[in-house]
Amino acid sequence: MSRKAYVAVAAGLGLVALSACGSSDDSGNAAADSRTVTLVSHDSWAVSKNVLKDFEKRSGYQVKVLKDGDAGEAVNKAVLSKGNPQGDVFFGVDNTLLSRALDNGIFTSYKAKGLDRVKSEYQLDAAKNRVTPIDTGSLCVNYDKKYFAEHDLTPPASFADLAEPAYKNLLVTENASTSSPGLGFLLGSVAKYGDDGWQGYWKKLKANGVKVVDGWDQAYNEEFSGSAGGKKAGGERPLVVSYASSPPAEAIYSDPQPKTSPVGVATGTCFRQIEFAGLLDGAKNTEGGQALLDFLISKEFQEDMPLNMFVDPVTQNATAPADYTKYAVKVDDPETMSPRTIADHRDDWVKSWTSLVLK
Amino acid sequence: MDLARSQVVTKARTGSAARLGLMVLPVAFFGVFFAYPVAAIVERGLHVDGAWEFGRILDVLGQSDIRHVLWFTVWQALASTALTLLIALPGAYVFARFDFPGKQVLRAVVTVPFVLPTVVVGTAFLAMLGNGGLLDELWGVRLDTTVWAILLAHVFFNYAVVVRTVGGLWSQLDPRQEEAARMLGASRFAAWRTVTLPALGPAVAAAALMVFLFTFTSFGVVQILGGPGFSTLEVEIYRQTAQIFDLSTAAVLTIVQFLAVGLILAVHAWTVRRRESALRLVDAAHTARRPRGAGQWALLGGVLASVALLIVLPLGVLVERSLDAPGGYGFAYYRALTSADGGTFLVPPIDAVGNSLEYALAATALALLIGGLAAAALTRRAGRLVRGFDALLMLPLGVSAVTVGFGFLITLDEPPLDLRASWILVPLAQALVGVSFVVRTMLPVLRAVDGRLREAAAVLGASPPRAWREVDLPLVRRALLVAAGFAFAVSLGEFGATVFIARPDNPTLPVAVARLLGRAGDLNYGQAMALSTVLMVVCAASLLVLERIRPARATTGEF
Repeated sequence: MSRKAYVAVAAGLGLVALSACGSSDDSGNAAADSRTVTLVSHDSWAVSKNVLKDFEKRSGYQVKVLKDGDAGEAVNKAVLSKGNPQGDVFFGVDNTLLSRALDNGIFTSYKAKGLDRVKSEYQLDAAKNRVTPIDTGSLCVNYDKKYFAEHDLTPPASFADLAEPAYKNLLVTENASTSSPGLGFLLGSVAKYGDDGWQGYWKKLKANGVKVVDGWDQAYNEEFSGSAGGKKAGGERPLVVSYASSPPAEAIYSDPQPKTSPVGVATGTCFRQIEFAGLLDGAKNTEGGQALLDFLISKEFQEDMPLNMFVDPVTQNATAPADYTKYAVKVDDPETMSPRTIADHRDDWVKSWTSLVLK
Repeated sequence: MDLARSQVVTKARTGSAARLGLMVLPVAFFGVFFAYPVAAIVERGLHVDGAWEFGRILDVLGQSDIRHVLWFTVWQALASTALTLLIALPGAYVFARFDFPGKQVLRAVVTVPFVLPTVVVGTAFLAMLGNGGLLDELWGVRLDTTVWAILLAHVFFNYAVVVRTVGGLWSQLDPRQEEAARMLGASRFAAWRTVTLPALGPAVAAAALMVFLFTFTSFGVVQILGGPGFSTLEVEIYRQTAQIFDLSTAAVLTIVQFLAVGLILAVHAWTVRRRESALRLVDAAHTARRPRGAGQWALLGGVLASVALLIVLPLGVLVERSLDAPGGYGFAYYRALTSADGGTFLVPPIDAVGNSLEYALAATALALLIGGLAAAALTRRAGRLVRGFDALLMLPLGVSAVTVGFGFLITLDEPPLDLRASWILVPLAQALVGVSFVVRTMLPVLRAVDGRLREAAAVLGASPPRAWREVDLPLVRRALLVAAGFAFAVSLGEFGATVFIARPDNPTLPVAVARLLGRAGDLNYGQAMALSTVLMVVCAASLLVLERIRPARATTGEF
């Protein structure tokens, strides 16, 4: 026994030493190598392998990706490590948090090649070019098609519909103070009803039985009756605040793929989300970072995004893949709000919302 | 001059010098990887534009929603602790005193939840208590977003703490003492109350305090099951730091939690010292026997039923969902784990198993090194300074993982400690927690080593290292293995700190589960369940091995 125990411990320590050698090699030379460019992003970052390889071959740079938590967390970490960033390019700050990033000066200016192809409505920092728009999408109420068919009920189409008695106790949304879809939905309602009307609207929603949960995952995968996860968890709310791209995601990640998505979108309840990338101030590989930014708005990357991150391209010359458009829902006129307005009022709105809806 | 006396004095001096030597590395480790990052993030919050803003402390504590959080944190921790004791103490008795088939396996099973990541537990409990969950189907009862879901999940998590801490000691109390009291005419209850209860008291208190500590700092369970109405200090620190980015409020809350945890640990250290008072302990193998009579069988049945309902069932629901593929029950989700097509990761999710094992091995080695040195330094009873150090080693258990993670980010960013991009960051963070387990497991065993053996070796000319190798090591080898196993299992399941620092190309199992749960679609959800099941099986297997190597004549290690 005693000998065996020694051997077990020794083997364990040996393994550690081996794995230590194995892993330290690749991280050791990554930082020093000017052929490596580091992208800092949030957990939802995704790209096709061959598309990334293609860029690496053409540019000669190796791309290292650092996913740094959910969107808000990743931005906050970038702010904390300002001046001595973890990488060269940050991707994933959206219009609701843009001012926090810009006010803290975490980016330096760079006008990406091909920026002229990006639709002007997405260029929110056009004067200084500290950030480049990369993708867009909409936060919208989604509905469970089957539920509304079975109950012979028309799905809601607008913000106002959601407060109607016909939809009592059907909607689940996320906590606006902890979840970006929750915050987007609140901002959408403020954009719709104005600074003095939104509270009245939420009072009606509350009276109509809106349920609030902490995050998108719980809302969509547990409470919503139309998602695969929600069905299994016995979710019983047929209306959920999610994305306009949930229908393609839901359909494409099903096996076998259905003819139409089981999820629909209430297109009159949407708030526009735009995601940006920028060159981090203090980046060690500025040139590599610039090349990477050019790549993010290239046709190749823009057309690769929809099926990987379920977002829409921002450049005029890019078209989403057929698999995506087959299930995608077009949102024509989402609510919007300037990043400055959001930055100035976000905390107050969220505070009032919390005491109005949660208390 | 009295020669013997001068020898004793010299020995005491070299003893304390050696002890200080042993403490150098643990102190440096905790200083650099714990105290410094935490202090830096607190400073960032309270030291604004060159001036300390201590006034913020009163501002923050004056807010009614913060006071509500404080109140709820204390209240739910008290309730969780009481409920856990109520349900787990009969279990501790049954595991200590009864022999029944499958006992070893069952003891490992009840410990599995303790090392499971909270994301997995939260999901399992929603499946039971949520919409269309088991209770809903049977009786239309739903407990999600009520405080009951939180309390029950806390029992699920901490059952093992009570069974192991209290049951471990109980199994070694000589039953003949109680029998003697009964022969002298005491009733069964009176005998128990006057003989067994006083002996067990400190262990119960220590277990209760550990459960209180774990539930006081509860994060994942409250986050997932509680809904927006409920928030503990730990959850609030996370929200203020990661989401609202109000670093000064987060700093104030971190200080409050730090003080509270320090207090809990001080009381805990005091009860542990009392527990180490001389008890007549016997070999656990001789105290357990088969139940006799209807009453004892009923007790055993009741305990087994509660274990089945509270622990086995939630784990079973996870397994069931991992197999519930669209085309009927099968291994489709498990097969999907080997492909990288999903786009969630740069690697197939199954690679996370290898990553987790590598990280956990490295973390275990670190925890054994640091914890072993610390335990050796603390072995001999000593002054207040050393006792304080003992409690300090436990602090990482109670300090918010997000604080440590963000602290790493702003402190370990310059040579020679530019570790932000290094793989070692994950094992370092996991080892912070692992060390506490190593120390708690090793210390009682080391302290139980008869000092006279060491002295005898010294008199015979052995150097202190040699005396340690010849006397202490053979006695503690098994405890060392148990400590290693626990540090390993805890590292495997560690989520809070890892999620902040794990690299995307090397996700650990819990991080991979959380990421999969965060995406839409049947396949992702199913894969998350399958990975959770894999993690559960790995944890269970390592615990089962532990049961085998557990010292037969165990001293009262805590876990």
